[in-house]
Amino acid sequence: MENDKVYIYKSFERFWHWTQAALIFFLGFTGFEIHGSISFFGYLNAVKYHNIAAYSFIILIIFAIFWHLSTGEWKQYRPTLKNIKAYVNYYLFGIFRNAPHPTNKTVLNKLNPLQRLVYLGLKILVIPVMVISGLLYMFYRYPQSGGGIEVLNINSIEPIALLHTFGAFLLIAFVITHLYLITTGTTITSDLKAMITGYEEIETKDENVIVEKLPEITEEVYETR
Amino acid sequence: MKKIVLALILTGIVIFSAVKILTTENYDHTNLDMLKEKYPRNYSSSVDHSQFVILQKKFNSPQEVTEACISCHTERDKEVMQSSHWNWEREEYIEGRGIVYVGKKNAVNNYCIGVEGNEQSCAKCHIGFGMTSTTFSFTDPKNIDCLVCHDNSETYAKGNELAGLPDPVLDLNYISQHVGKPMRTNCGVCHFYGGGGNNVKHGDLEETLFAPSKDIDVHMNSEGADMQCVDCHLTEKHVILGKIYSLSSMNRNRSTCEQCHTENPHDEDILNEHTYKVACQTCHIPLYAKVNATKTNWDWSTAGKLKDGQSYEEDDEDGNHTYLSIKGSFKWGNNLKPEYIWFNGTADHYLLGDVIDDTTKPLKINTLNGTYSDRDSKIIPVKIHRAVQPFDPVLKVLIQPKLFADKKGEGAFWQDFDWRRSSELGMKEVKLPFSGKVSFIKTEMYWPVNHMVSTKDLTLKCNECHSREDSRLAALTDFYMPARDYSTFVETAGIGIILLTLLGVFTHGTIRIFSSKKRFSENQNFSEVNNGK
Repeated sequence: MENDKVYIYKSFERFWHWTQAALIFFLGFTGFEIHGSISFFGYLNAVKYHNIAAYSFIILIIFAIFWHLSTGEWKQYRPTLKNIKAYVNYYLFGIFRNAPHPTNKTVLNKLNPLQRLVYLGLKILVIPVMVISGLLYMFYRYPQSGGGIEVLNINSIEPIALLHTFGAFLLIAFVITHLYLITTGTTITSDLKAMITGYEEIETKDENVIVEKLPEITEEVYETR
Repeated sequence: MKKIVLALILTGIVIFSAVKILTTENYDHTNLDMLKEKYPRNYSSSVDHSQFVILQKKFNSPQEVTEACISCHTERDKEVMQSSHWNWEREEYIEGRGIVYVGKKNAVNNYCIGVEGNEQSCAKCHIGFGMTSTTFSFTDPKNIDCLVCHDNSETYAKGNELAGLPDPVLDLNYISQHVGKPMRTNCGVCHFYGGGGNNVKHGDLEETLFAPSKDIDVHMNSEGADMQCVDCHLTEKHVILGKIYSLSSMNRNRSTCEQCHTENPHDEDILNEHTYKVACQTCHIPLYAKVNATKTNWDWSTAGKLKDGQSYEEDDEDGNHTYLSIKGSFKWGNNLKPEYIWFNGTADHYLLGDVIDDTTKPLKINTLNGTYSDRDSKIIPVKIHRAVQPFDPVLKVLIQPKLFADKKGEGAFWQDFDWRRSSELGMKEVKLPFSGKVSFIKTEMYWPVNHMVSTKDLTLKCNECHSREDSRLAALTDFYMPARDYSTFVETAGIGIILLTLLGVFTHGTIRIFSSKKRFSENQNFSEVNNGK
């Protein structure tokens, strides 16, 4: 088996990934101080820092959305059931027998079907819920104050806070899983190195690998134009 | 690698400058500066009363002083006679009761219980001369005691048990020539000693405030702004802003912090947002009764014990009474943390004759209305005075006993120590039936804490309320507060998901390590076999 080095992650993508990682970590840390679970910055500072990090995150998300749309990278996240069984089998059994990954990572298809599902879930469910509940939390004004939010008729911050907290727990679970799964690349550190340098070692010369048909995506890029 | 370092530095700069820009103070301090400049200025009267001939003639009675005052200050007497300081009652609208007349005159409290029948003693704090239950005229302006509020010589004093007449030895000429705007001493002489001693009632109003340091009260600080009561309790035509909710009921005519400080006085928006639901006092008066203790508990049921037929008293190490035969047992406290309640500015009162529904739980003598969901309610600090006081177990009403009399044998409790007789006389005085039985009931009285405002550095910190343990607002459970509150379901589910994830990762990882070791040793064996060939 030979490994090739392929340029997978572009510089903006890496910048986005690591800034997002740092912000999520920082938001989690300050957030759980606001939640009363830990005590570190002091409550007022925790709130202030959390808000600043939240604004930074929203700005980053706007850039990321623009990048995804303008480069067509959003298509990477389209859910597919194709090969999903192969991946479930791989993570449950194959991985222990040193079997190869069911598909190749390529520039045009860098996410496996499980990643697609999970990341899509993050992007269209967890992150938006966190951003919206976070903004409501931040701008929650008691109905009498005339802050405009009274049209939503939320009489208590409780549902907002609980949703936001639950989202935070989900994100922690995601981060744990994510940190573990990046050790399951070609080598233990190859995924990490790839997200740092952009280049990833990829198993290419294994006859068992289902070679993903690249044109599937490119065709559709044309179709949408 | 260079690129990464560059990206990290860039990100760092972006975040750092975002923090800097967003946290810069851009608050306009002029409002506070103007206030600071305004209040330390010394007030000086535009006239010198000692020059007036009318104040130099010999005064045979305090009423003659009042006549002299009114001869120049015409119409002022009419203003005073409209006031609750004079009438000891106000017209109030109370939800569920309609219009009622409440005031010191007829209100019940859980200290000395009530005024009616005890005027000879209580009227020491009436702004009139000779207010007794039967003979006093509320329509005679000569009975107004101008000096008790306007004496600036600090020598005027009402006599004990003279129904509000001054001490006969006073030099009324000297006093009347030294009059002016009321000072803290004028107000304090009654308002600091309510309940029969210093700081007994309020807890935040006591004799330390005659000349407090900055630590005690940032506004009244005698070395600083030295603000007088009337600087906040603004007065026009003898209508004084502010009142205490032990006696008043409606949300009107209140003296507020906002009248100077506005509703958004903080640098931080997040603090200003708190003012929708939290009164200024809640954070800015972290402790009350900062010097001398205030009475927190009063148990009338132990009153009447005698030693060798004589009444006696017991004091604690600070000289506060812990037992008095005439009044029962007391508890005191200083440097107290207030309790907190929702308050919308309206209150209800136990009025004499109200039948108590549930005699097993403490009766609220005054009920301060408010809930989280009520838009007008804010969290305020209160002193809650808890007492055990006499009630009629058959008719289920509070008893107002006759306490005061000059001499024994008139049935007053403070002379004869007979609950039955004093209750019978007291209830007769207020024209209410009495069954002949006396029992005792727990009661609570709510005193909003408004004074002894702390300096900025002693103000409550966020986590004194926003915390899981020991939150000052632990008793207010009708709303969700970040850090204090959480949903057991969300917490359990969230932590459960994390634990399951960890378990999954751990199991998966262990099998991976185990299987790769096995594979490695198999490979070893395989190559050994090959080599052997």
